[in-house]
Parts: sequence; structure tokens; C-alpha cells
Amino acid sequence: MSYDTSTSLDADTREAIDIDRTKGDFHFPERHKFDAGRGLTEKTIDYICDVKNDPQWVREFRHKALQVFREKPMPTNWATKDLENIDFDIIRYYLSDGEKPKRSWDEVPEEVLKTFERLGIPEQERAFLAGVEAQYDSEAAYSNMKEELTKLGVIFVNSTEGLKNYEEIFRPWFGKVIPTSDNKFSALNSAVFSGGSFIYIPKGVKLKQPLQAYFRINSENFGQFERTLIIADEGAEVMYMEGCTAPKFETSTLHSAVVELVALKGAKIQYVTVQNWSSNVFNLVTKRGLAMEDAEVRWIDCNIGSRLTMKYPGVIMKGERARGEVISIALANNGQHQDTGAKMIHAANNTTSNIVSKSISVGEGRATYRGQVHIPKHLKGCKNNTECDALLINSHSRTDTYPAITVRGNQHATQHEASVSQVSEDMLFYMQQRGLSEGEAMSLAVNGFINDLVREFPMEYSVELKRLIDLEMEGSVG
Amino acid sequence: MSAVLDMPSILDSAPATPAAFPAWFAERQHAAWQRFLETPQPKRGDEPWRFSSVKQLDFAAFARPEVSATSDLVDRSVALESPVAKFVFANDTLLHSESNLPEGVVCLPLADALVSHSDLVREHFMKQETRLGSSKWTALHEAHLANGLFVYVPKNVEVAGTIEVFHWVAGENAAIFPHTLIVTGANAKVRVVDYFQSADASPGLVIAVNDLIAGPGSKLDYLAIQALNEKSKIVQVNETGAGKDASTIGFILNTGASWARNESLCRLEGEGARSDMLSVSVPARGQEYDQRTFQHHVSPGAYSDLLYKNSLYDKTRTIFSGLIFVDEGAHRTDAYQTCRNLLMSGDAEANSMPGLEINADDVKCSHGSTSCPISDEEIFYLRARGIDPARARQLIARGFSVEVIERLGDEAVEGMVLRFLDDKFAHIAGGGA
Repeated sequence: MSYDTSTSLDADTREAIDIDRTKGDFHFPERHKFDAGRGLTEKTIDYICDVKNDPQWVREFRHKALQVFREKPMPTNWATKDLENIDFDIIRYYLSDGEKPKRSWDEVPEEVLKTFERLGIPEQERAFLAGVEAQYDSEAAYSNMKEELTKLGVIFVNSTEGLKNYEEIFRPWFGKVIPTSDNKFSALNSAVFSGGSFIYIPKGVKLKQPLQAYFRINSENFGQFERTLIIADEGAEVMYMEGCTAPKFETSTLHSAVVELVALKGAKIQYVTVQNWSSNVFNLVTKRGLAMEDAEVRWIDCNIGSRLTMKYPGVIMKGERARGEVISIALANNGQHQDTGAKMIHAANNTTSNIVSKSISVGEGRATYRGQVHIPKHLKGCKNNTECDALLINSHSRTDTYPAITVRGNQHATQHEASVSQVSEDMLFYMQQRGLSEGEAMSLAVNGFINDLVREFPMEYSVELKRLIDLEMEGSVG
Repeated sequence: MSAVLDMPSILDSAPATPAAFPAWFAERQHAAWQRFLETPQPKRGDEPWRFSSVKQLDFAAFARPEVSATSDLVDRSVALESPVAKFVFANDTLLHSESNLPEGVVCLPLADALVSHSDLVREHFMKQETRLGSSKWTALHEAHLANGLFVYVPKNVEVAGTIEVFHWVAGENAAIFPHTLIVTGANAKVRVVDYFQSADASPGLVIAVNDLIAGPGSKLDYLAIQALNEKSKIVQVNETGAGKDASTIGFILNTGASWARNESLCRLEGEGARSDMLSVSVPARGQEYDQRTFQHHVSPGAYSDLLYKNSLYDKTRTIFSGLIFVDEGAHRTDAYQTCRNLLMSGDAEANSMPGLEINADDVKCSHGSTSCPISDEEIFYLRARGIDPARARQLIARGFSVEVIERLGDEAVEGMVLRFLDDKFAHIAGGGA
């Protein structure tokens, strides 16, 4: 029996698994000193370069990227036609108040402080974070890290500071993991990037607490293009978390980030994202990690918000025994399309990769998995495991899976599995028999489905995730 | 040879429809030729041709020569011991037919059926759009179509045994366009096998289409045995529609051809419909097999199960791209899709794209894809029992394929398929791997 047959519940469940978005749905009046205006031309690029006082090589890099962006077609031959609804001419590419990021929350402008306080960032920083960067539209408003880390040589600054003050570390890796011409949106980001983090963890330094970045869009028709580069030197370990929200404007907003990770020999990078953009944000992000010998790159990705997310975190395993992993949870509600996946490029012997993806489609939401696994023939001992599971809540929910696996030679092993299921009436009936309300039963079923993945998130995030789903379920029925 | 070179290429001019054929068919052929001209050539980057060697799609050298001598082809057309009917075509010309079918069953060369059962053929002939990439080639097929087989089994008639159709390609750069159209009435039953083989060692081209329309409660099994020589190419497009409680089997064996493209699409159009899509491919040397499948669940409560297995030797390539597509409202769908690749060489390449698109809930869908070599433990086990490694590998690869063949559910047919498979393994042992 379809879950839908109990119509009394349908409308409730529609609401039920919806996540609390009201928390991020507020904004303050704009007070920008620098505004690059609408649309994207050479002038926009020069304006950004002038405001940011970019070195000449960055200016050239941006101009070249603009050309690439113009030449690249939209990937609509395989991706959704919804991309055509992005109007690049009305987007505002750079907005800032011209202030430098502050080291103390006390110095942050009041409205910005209020914004991040409402989102709970200073509180979290005190509780469990090693460092925080808070970005408001195009630039970071706050950036701080525990003092002892500075002494160890850890660098945690925004990308502008990174490319100016640490050029010798920044430049050799910048744009190397994700070249400008990787895709149309990586080219766009390369042309107009601003904000994002630059992190360097010196040899052997293992960060016990995570670093966090928070990305906030406050202005309508704004495009946020942060650029993050994380380098973990030999034997270093770091966990980086990013969160993001935006108020719900009338018109759509664009977020197009590029994130490059470099894990040198024996290093470990974990990158955790909890994406909760409002449902009018196009979230088109390119993320890729490079793992050298014995290194490990893990992407832990949770996509709850946005109108359309296209995100396929990748790992290039370049050194022997390198390991790549993508753990992903996607929740697609009405009007949302979560098009996520993973890319695993094996480029050395005995490299292993693992992809576990779970999606939940609610109402008319659509969840898509796209994956690519590539194992060339001159290698041996490479292994990949891919699992994708989808849960459908309503009869109009959609889910798609499109993996592509190429294996050359007989020295490797790959396996791929996917399943689609729904919360069955039997399951709910069983739990209701034991005294749970319908809402509690539904919540339990959904939480059970993603439970093993939620545990991969840092404690504070996993509690938050489960609570969000629980709370919403309880209030929805009866 | 010069005679062939003088013939017009199949791409150059629209063939004339024989005067005996009905007017509607002439119109269809004319329209098909226009469609062929208008449809762009597939190119790199087209999603339905991802990973494909699109350079294989140059068919300009091929023409349609008459079959010359009344050769030994009829004698060579032996597979099953006692088929219930047998047809032998060479270059789309009928050489031989014999039939021992129950009354009411129409089983005719398509060229005859077009004249004698024009309306019946018209009702079912190529009604569906080609969705998996080869629309240009099915248009070319339709335009050049001269013969093939038409089978109509009226309701409640069960054909015991198997209908065999041999399609030979003869002569240098010859192209054939065999068509198989099978229609079953309610609760009818039939099995048809198409054999695609080369008469000689020269390169040939086959662009084959089969339309299978299974009426309510009927059982329709279709097998394609592709054992062309290793200079030839084949594009084979299957289109199956399964009605309420109908059960269909589509099976493809690939042992021959330098390059083969199979497109199989099954529409489950009624409650309780069941479709088994099966394939065994054993590429060796430089062979490349490109298979695309589509399980279309239109109706709720239908079942489909796909199992494709490839054993890849030498420098071969396989591409598997499958999609389970569940329409809105097709609840209680039960659909499976499995592609397994056994890598027998360090130079082989297996590409798998198992896909799902689900627009309904209360469905059970899963797909799986694996690619790996034979494990050392398995070889060790057999060596410990006195079997040499080469033979051990052969045995395991054979057993790997047999799992699919056993699902055909008819001993005589399974035996026949195994003989083709064993021929290939012997061939590999003799000079390939």
C-alpha cells in the first residue's frame, strides 16, 4: 500500500519532514560601500580587482576565467533545464562594506553581529570550534582562530588575505585541483571569487577541534562566489565545517563556490557541509580534493536547502594507498531539486574510495544521484564501493540515479548498489501498534533511514540534524 | 569486389519501395528516409553515446548487394534440432522456409506479410519512437527495409517449440536491414530466435530492429544470437511492449562482430506484466559491445528484471547504460537491474552506467553493477583439483555466463545458446586469450 492512501496524513507529512528554515529567514537593510552593480563584464572584474587591490596575476587570472565562462555552454545536455532560468545579467557580483574582517565579535558591525548571533555562530565558537570565519555577502566580517594554533603555524584566513600574504603557499595550489575550465560555474567563480577560506596546516599538526566557516547572503539578487583552498601538509589533520543560509527573497540568488583540498602525504582532511540555503538559491558548487600518498579526503555533505543544488564532491587519489570518501545526505522538498553525487578518480595503485549517498524526497521534491568512478588500466589494486539509497515519502516525489563506472584492467574491484524504497504503511502500522503517534513513527522511520550517516557528522551537527527532523515531525500530526 | 564498389552507398540515396508493397508502407519508407537525413549524426558528448566509439558510426562504405550464388547457406543454417518453423535469409532475400505451425498463426516473411496482411502489419509496425540514441539508424533501417519476419499468434494459441530465423550477411561491405515483428494475442505463446551471421570473412553491417508486442496474459520469448565475423558491425534495436499479465523474455548473445550496439527497451503497460531482459557477451581481441537498456514502468504493479553479464578478454571494451524509469502513478513497481563484468585481462575496459528515475512511491527498485577479475582463491580451488589455470579460468567464465542462460527456461534452447558460447570459448582458447 502506498503511504499516500491515507490522505489525512499526506498534507501533514508534506510539512512533516520540512526543515525549519525560519531560523535563517531574515535580513537587514543593505549598507554596501562597494557594489559592482548588476551583470558581468570586464568592468565588473576590474571593479572587484580594484576594490580588493588584487595583485596583477590575480587580475589576469580573473579576466581569463571570464573568457572561459563565456565560451562554456550550460551543461543542459545532461543537467536540468532549470539552469536556463539563471539570469546572469541581473545578478550582483560583488557587495561589501569595505571593512576588514574583525578578530573580535565586539568590533563587528551591529547588524552583522546580530545576524550571526541569531544563527548561533559565536556561541558555537565558544563551545567547540578551533576557529571561525563568518562571511557576509562578498567578504568575511569576522575571522578568528585560537591563539595556540597560530603559534603552531596554522593559517586560517580569507582567500584575499591568503593570496596576498601567503602567496608562496597559496599560489602553487590555487586553481590546480579545479582548473578554471573545469566547468562553466568554476570559470564563473574564478572570474569573480571573493571570500572563502585559505587554510594551511603545517606538517604533523593535528587539529583536535574543527574550523568553521559560515556563509551568509543578505542581499537580493546577489551572487556569492567564495573560494576555499585547504592544504594539509604531511601528516596533518583537519576538519573543516561550513554552514550557509540566506533569507528567502522574491527572486533567485546564486551561490557558486569552488573548494579545493590538498592532502599531502599521510594527511587527512574532512570537509563537512550543512547546506541550508533558502529555497530560491541556485547552489552550483565545484568541490574536489587531491589526496597524495596515504592521505585521506572525506567529504561529508548534507543538502537540505536551495532550489537547485548541483554538487559532486570529488577526490583525485594521486598517491599510493590514498583514500577518498563521500558521505552524503540530501533532503528534497517541494520545489527543490537536490542533484548531488560524487566523483572518484583513481590515479595510483591500491587506492580505495567509498561513496554512500542517501536521499529523501518529500512532496514534489526531486533527488538525483550522479556519480563517476574512474579506474585506469595501468593501475592495480584499486577498489571502489558505491551505495545509493533513496527514500520516497509521497507519490509525487522523484528520485533518479545515474552512476558511471569505468574500470580498465583486471586488477581492480568495484561494486555499486542502489535501492529505492518508501516508508510503508506496514512499518508505520507496526510502530503505531506500539503506541507511537503517526508523526513519531514517520520521524523514526526517516531518522532510521539516515541514522548511520548522521553519525558520521560531528556530534554537534548530528544532534542538530536529528533534532530538526524530530521536532518537525512531532508538531505535524494531530 | 568491383561490383560492390559500383553499388550506391546505403547513405547516398533513398531506396525505392517495391511496387507490390502497400502505399502506406511506401509513405513510411519515404518519411523514414527524410527523418534519416534530418537526424544529426551522433557525436561525442551526446549523452546516449557516452563512452561510445562514435567513429564506428561511419557506414558510408556499405551497400546492398544481391546475394550471388545460391550457396551453402541453407545447409549451414542449423541450430536447434527441430524448430517449429525456420526461415533463412541472405542479404534480406528469402532462401528457404519451412513451417509446421498451428492453425491461425501467421508467420511469414515480412515482404509477403506486407502484401497479404497489410492492415495487421500496419497496426503494429514500428509504432514507438527510438529513445536510446539510434533514431538515425532506425530511420535508415525503416527506409531500407526489404524483409524480415512477421509473426502473429492469435489469442489462446500456444506455439510449442521455437521459430528460427537466420540472417546471413554475404559479400564485401554488404549491409542488411532485418526486421522482426512479433505480435501475440491474449494468452498466446511463442518463441523466436534471430541468428545474425556472416556468410564469409568480409566486413558487413547489420541494422536490425525487432518489435515485440505481447498481448494480455501472453508469453513472448525473443532471442538474438549475434555471431558475425570480427570485421562486421551491428546495430540492433529492440522495442518490447508487455500488456497486462504478459511475460516477455528478451535475450542477446554477443560473441561476434568487431563492434555491436544493442538498444533494448521494454514498456510494462499492464498490471502483472513481467519482463526479463537478459544478455551474455564474451568479447575478445579488440571487440567492443555497447549496450543500452530502458525498463519503462508505465503501469503500476509490474515486474522487470534485467541481468547483463560480460566476460571481457584481451583489449575489449564494454559499455552498459541502463535505466529503470518509473512513471508517475506506477506504484508497486518491482524492478531490478544488474550488470556484472568479469575482467579476464589487464587491458579490458568495462563502463557501467546503471540508472534509476523514479516518479512514483511504493516501489521496489534496485540496481547493482560490479566489475572485478576472477579471484585467486577460485583459481587455487580448481588447481588443487588438478585443473590447469587456463582451463580453470575458462570454466569460471562459462559458469558466470550460464547463470543468465539458465533463465531461458527451455533445455533445447539453452543447449543451443551454450553451443554458440562454447564455440567462442574454443576460439579464445585457440588463438585469442
